[in-house]
Amino acid sequence: MSLLALGEPYLSDGVDLGDVVLTVVKVVVAFVVLLVSVMLMVWFERKVISRLQNRIGPNVAGPFGLLQTLADGMKLFFKEDLIPERSDRFVFQLAPYLSVVPAFLTFILVPIAGDFSDGKDGSVSIAGRQFFLQVADVPVGILFFLAMSSIGVYGVMLAGWSSGSKYPLLGSVRASAQAISYEAALGLSLASVLLISGTLSTNEIVQVQAGEGFRGIIPNWNLITTGFVPFGIFLIAGTAELNRPPFDMVEAEQELVGGFHTEYSSIRFAMFYLAEFMNTVTMSAIIVTLFFGGPAGPNFGVLPGWLWGFVWFFLKLLVFLFTFVWFRATLPRLRYDQLMDLGWKLLIPLALGWLMILAGIRVAQSGGFGITDSTQVDTGIVLVVGLAIGVVAALLLSSAVRTSRQDRLHRHGLVEVAPVFELDGGAPAGEGHH
Amino acid sequence: MVDVIVFAVAGLIVLAGGLGVVLNSNPVRSALSLVASFFGVAVLFVLQEAHFLALVQIVVYAGAIVVLFLFVIMLLGVDEVEDLSIEPLSGQRIGGLLAGAALLVFLLGGLFLSGGDEGAVAVTGTESVTQPIDETQPNIDNLATDLFGRNVLAFEATALLLTIATVGAVVLVRNAGAEDLSVDEPGRADH
Repeated sequence: MSLLALGEPYLSDGVDLGDVVLTVVKVVVAFVVLLVSVMLMVWFERKVISRLQNRIGPNVAGPFGLLQTLADGMKLFFKEDLIPERSDRFVFQLAPYLSVVPAFLTFILVPIAGDFSDGKDGSVSIAGRQFFLQVADVPVGILFFLAMSSIGVYGVMLAGWSSGSKYPLLGSVRASAQAISYEAALGLSLASVLLISGTLSTNEIVQVQAGEGFRGIIPNWNLITTGFVPFGIFLIAGTAELNRPPFDMVEAEQELVGGFHTEYSSIRFAMFYLAEFMNTVTMSAIIVTLFFGGPAGPNFGVLPGWLWGFVWFFLKLLVFLFTFVWFRATLPRLRYDQLMDLGWKLLIPLALGWLMILAGIRVAQSGGFGITDSTQVDTGIVLVVGLAIGVVAALLLSSAVRTSRQDRLHRHGLVEVAPVFELDGGAPAGEGHH
Repeated sequence: MVDVIVFAVAGLIVLAGGLGVVLNSNPVRSALSLVASFFGVAVLFVLQEAHFLALVQIVVYAGAIVVLFLFVIMLLGVDEVEDLSIEPLSGQRIGGLLAGAALLVFLLGGLFLSGGDEGAVAVTGTESVTQPIDETQPNIDNLATDLFGRNVLAFEATALLLTIATVGAVVLVRNAGAEDLSVDEPGRADH
């Protein structure tokens, strides 16, 4: 049965009714968990942003305003559903579903709990069936994530195009260009993780990271073993894939009204909103899985092992959910050309170069001509080398930018402009002149 | 049994998508039909246990290439219904029909006439050619060994070809005498 050759232990030999029930239960549980987490995430985001802006935020509906999202959702449900006259009706109605479905499907990859201590594989047994605490351990695991994140852009693109009006169209043109640009950086930084882990399955990626790290204190997370750089690239490219600030050119309220969803109202608008927050939760979960060991963590007894896994996973997830909110509250939106420059001229070359360095060290290790015999010490050397390269690259880049700016100014017959702000807080300097 | 049902459903999606590409007069809908057909093909790949190929199919074709198609369609705004009464190339439709019919005859002939002799290459419907090369290795390893081992020269030739194409495109669109249009220019506002 080739279709069922999945990584799950309970599907390895034949399928009976119990297996089907178990799978359906897992899907339903994951769906409910994701919906509830979206509800809480919307509340969390509004609350945190309020606090960062010295406001109180939602505090009327329910305790601490927790039910505000529910109230807003109900309101959206009962609003009039408008379809613009000049729209392409079929595509206009299809687009919200194209956003929601990939957003949900990505979540099936994430192991949300499980006992990974002492080399265990994180599976639990109920009624003689051994299974992982994730919906499916797809054999090509993390590629599925890439596929879904590249499919997710269709919802945004088609929504903008089918609206039959100009601002949504501008939003969707930006969305497609942005998705293509950052998909490459995302995939290349992911490749570093896969190179170190040696597997595509999310469950096995977590297992590899559950091992003891350097000197038994520092965890064996991919964050450290891949040398921080892929994580930074992944975080930036992931934020761009999510279309969240500072990369929310797709919506850009000040220039494009609402961007791709300008013409949407009622339940269809709610679905875009749902997809956006589902994606945020899932992206945080994927970052935790890939770089921070997912549910792996020390087991302090009292609770059963798999529940400790959930506790660790949840704590790590919370850090990234907060980070995304923090980005939104503090970073100004990039200009469109800056966005493209960052993606193509910095992130992609950096990710590619870093992948080469890691691959080189792997080959050196397996060929017996590594710097040292120990992978852990070599990892440390990777970090130092990476830092040195980073510093040199930053210096080269800034010097190149300075030279090219002077060159251009020279060609236009302009003189060098003094920095706009002095470091000691002095008054802004004068503008450029002939 | 499950395999047959999945094959039938995925096959129908592929065919419907293919017909949609040709029959839709709206280019965006044609592109969407193409995506549907790619998904059908990806399911067929999964059915043959080529999981890696299935997802690469989706990432590369559905996720990047068709997105670029749509990008161009949106940017150029060619979303009006084309006038199909005028044939762009004379004799194209007749030629297309004839070529399609010939292909159908050859394929059906191959299906029904083969397999007469013992040992001849025949279409039997068994999975003999789609078995994993080495059962103990995941097929991503096999693919890598094949691509970067045996066929590395072809792989690098392709890479070179793509580089040439990219450089060519850049050279063609680049207008050497044009004004530098950088917006990131200090002191330009009062120039």
